[in-house]
Amino acid sequence: MAKSDVKLLGAWPSPFVNRVQIALNLKSVDYEFQEEKFDNKSELLLKSNPVHKKVPVLIHNDKPICESLIIVQYLDEVWTSGPSILPSDPYDRATARFWAAYVDDKWFPLLKELRTTEGEEAKAEISKKLKEGLVLLEEAFIKCSKGKGFFGGERIGYLDIVFGSFLGWLKAVEKIAGLKLVGELVTPGLAAWAERFCSHEAVKGVIPETDRLVELAKIIQARLKAQSAPK
Amino acid sequence: MATGEEVKVLGYWSSPYALRVKWALKLKAVEFDYMEEDLTNKSALLLQLNPVHKKIPVLLHNGKPVAESLVIMEYVDETWKQNPLLPQHPHQRAIARFWAKFVDEKEGEEQEKAAKEAREHLKTLESGLEEGKPFFGGESIGFVDIAAAWIGVWGEITGEIVGIKLVDEEAMPLLTACFQAVLQTPLLKECLPPRAELLEHSKRFRQKLMAAAAAST
Repeated sequence: MAKSDVKLLGAWPSPFVNRVQIALNLKSVDYEFQEEKFDNKSELLLKSNPVHKKVPVLIHNDKPICESLIIVQYLDEVWTSGPSILPSDPYDRATARFWAAYVDDKWFPLLKELRTTEGEEAKAEISKKLKEGLVLLEEAFIKCSKGKGFFGGERIGYLDIVFGSFLGWLKAVEKIAGLKLVGELVTPGLAAWAERFCSHEAVKGVIPETDRLVELAKIIQARLKAQSAPK
Repeated sequence: MATGEEVKVLGYWSSPYALRVKWALKLKAVEFDYMEEDLTNKSALLLQLNPVHKKIPVLLHNGKPVAESLVIMEYVDETWKQNPLLPQHPHQRAIARFWAKFVDEKEGEEQEKAAKEAREHLKTLESGLEEGKPFFGGESIGFVDIAAAWIGVWGEITGEIVGIKLVDEEAMPLLTACFQAVLQTPLLKECLPPRAELLEHSKRFRQKLMAAAAAST
């Protein structure tokens, strides 16, 4: 397929954008990437996603598709010759979708909160909740992987992409907050899976380096403080 | 229904999320047992079937639980192929999923945001409808219709309580007509909770919310 048929509007630090990039890589789809700036959104982005004005947006044959989970499912339904992303069994699909919603709606918001939380007590409280969530995800991993290396089994699948896309920020927040969330003791399955996922050829080069994200977080935090500082 | 097929729904009478599941199954003519949960005293079964969220609705199919209403709707659509809820074409499916997610994010039942904001979101939702097509699903009721039409009842009740017209025929004519068409469909109408009870329940719920908000300031 010609490169210009598929365009991804994104931003390098966004795990939601990373998801789509990983899925495109898995399906070996050639695409054009357009980097969007948070404070200066392109006309194309505003026109393609008027409701949310957010990345990622996939534009395929001039038609926009929004929301990372929806884009990944779309890619799976259109590029059927490549490896399947969602499981084939409806119950396994429901399980994958359930955990995807959990990660997006319950777990990641906590991680974002931890990134900007100050004070040891407050940090400890949030990291406790995050760790509880990781224990649930460890159980989910054991059930879904059925003894293989990924949530999707032998191959990377939907839940691998959805949860794995957060690994960059997970490592960055661990550094920023000065604590460990994923460890070999409590979540050995996830610890090994994380290594495996990040070194997969469809993932390498997509998830930003931890230090780069830590630097970005510092810049964002400084900007926020400057904005809210008394004038 | 195939022999030995067991379908159960754990729900709550005033939950629009449980309603979605009932509607999806009814539209596909799937027989199911409905079990009403007492949310003030959750059953051991519910806690066992949905340990992560401890919430209804939960669909139980041949002993396997599925939770989260939109996840359940997709599962129902994939398991029982008659009367498809999602469109066939991938791009249209993406659009349907987009609007269903929008409804969940912006029109949650327990949302504490101002009714005015809810109204604005409904105007946005209107843009998902096409002139000349009665439903989000086109000529027939589809995924988004099932996900959203509860707003026609719950939104009206909220509007009555707070004094703002949420589902406004003038501001959102297509949406109003769509919701009405869905809600008047006999098969779906019979699943609706009694309006008077729902109004009382909503009033009490809002009072509790406001009391909690006042207590925390």
